[in-house]
Amino acid sequence: MESAETIVIVGAGQAGYWATQTLRKQGYGGRIVLVGSEPHPPYERPPLSKQVLKGETEPPSTWLATPDRLAELNTEFLSGRTAIALDRRGRHVELHDGTRIGYDRLLLTTGARPRRLSIPSQSDAAVFYLRDIADSLALRERLATARHVIVIGGGLIGLEVAAAATARSCSVTVIEAADRLMSRVVGPEISAHFAELHRARGTEILSGRMPERIEAGGPGCRICFRGGDSCDGDLAVVGIGVIPNAELAAAAGLKVENGLWVDEFCRTEDPNIWAAGDVTNHLNPLLGRRLRLETWQNAQNQAIAAARNMCGEPQAYSEVPWGWSDQLGVNLQLLGVPRSFDQAIARGDPASGSFTLFYLDGDRIAGVNAVNAPKDIAVARRLMAGNVTVDPQRLRDPAVPLRSLLS
Amino acid sequence: MSNESVTWHRVAGRSKLTPTNPLAVEVGDKLIGLYLVDGTVYAIGNLCTHEFALLTEGFVEGDAIECPLHQARFSIKSGKVLSEPADTDVPSYAVKVDGDDIYVGV
Repeated sequence: MESAETIVIVGAGQAGYWATQTLRKQGYGGRIVLVGSEPHPPYERPPLSKQVLKGETEPPSTWLATPDRLAELNTEFLSGRTAIALDRRGRHVELHDGTRIGYDRLLLTTGARPRRLSIPSQSDAAVFYLRDIADSLALRERLATARHVIVIGGGLIGLEVAAAATARSCSVTVIEAADRLMSRVVGPEISAHFAELHRARGTEILSGRMPERIEAGGPGCRICFRGGDSCDGDLAVVGIGVIPNAELAAAAGLKVENGLWVDEFCRTEDPNIWAAGDVTNHLNPLLGRRLRLETWQNAQNQAIAAARNMCGEPQAYSEVPWGWSDQLGVNLQLLGVPRSFDQAIARGDPASGSFTLFYLDGDRIAGVNAVNAPKDIAVARRLMAGNVTVDPQRLRDPAVPLRSLLS
Repeated sequence: MSNESVTWHRVAGRSKLTPTNPLAVEVGDKLIGLYLVDGTVYAIGNLCTHEFALLTEGFVEGDAIECPLHQARFSIKSGKVLSEPADTDVPSYAVKVDGDDIYVGV
């Protein structure tokens, strides 16, 4: 062995993989132990609510690496194993089967899990959540015979499930507690645009409604609202956000508050422990505030940054937050996490199916929602990363090439 | 790639190519992107090696092209990967320009 040193990575999702890969790319020659609860090699989750759910692709297409590739990276991959305790003083993690693994440096990429409904339910067998491969396959199998699907939560996951369900010839009812769809991540114009798209496929959208309980009525489940009315479905799919898997860290005394706290170098307060991905509440120097993100970008790039920092190459993780969704053949891309904005500038005509909304805070872009306009995102990301001031008149004028605003 | 070993195919008109608007062309079953950097025409494979996406739909910055899907970057001059998530280069093709005709050697 080249080095007696051990890096343990807890969590073998997208972040765990990218950290592994980057450690080797950085020339780290010590031992790497990658621990994951699932039986699969590390994989990307976005297709689970899209292509995999629709039956267009199979789970292995989501894999980031085959077991052979992990072996090539000289990684001890412990699949189907869950870390249940962290001893910081003794520097070891304990797995559910009693195994103890000592570490010199530890990376926590434990991810997040679906938030569960907190209302009474008599019909758990008809209530589905979507996070991992097993969830996606179970839901896909159920959609094959279901006629009516109730989606609880009109966010990105819920709407992607709704789109997949209609693609599999199910009728759909979406129940959303807020007064519009995807209210946490897009502006009202985008909510309205997507509500229209989903309604055009026959989907019923009930906004501003909170289920009170789930009964075992009807063909599978009956969602009951306050006031006595209800709707029946063969099944209900719940997409109401996630909870970071930070219990391991919290029990070991690390600071956890809406995620595991790390700085811009992915460091926890313990000098031997780093963290990356969905589990973190991290400082974003570009925005000057803390964020907890649930994105593909964050899982990949924060993990790359963490691995570099673990190898002694200081690199702040400082990117404009970016994410996307695909629904009913329409691509939605999101930039930034605006807390507030002064005006929304539209570029392009919503009726054309391709348009972008820029949310301005003063004369700078705080956030962007692009519908079938990925090229706008590439430019907008640079405008935001560079903190470039923009002229709203030029921004909204389609005759002005967007990239001319960069110079 | 030596010029003797390739067959030249006329793929596009030079006047249609600008620095910020690369062109997607096909030679047989090969998808190829044409780029103009500092007055020189380059041709590289147009399919991102990470996931299915046409690189010419992406963003040109200097001599790099950024994939529209996940922001992997490739060198326009060599096809080499410059950043994640791709880890495999795209092929690079020989180019010659004759008047307004762009030829790619495959």
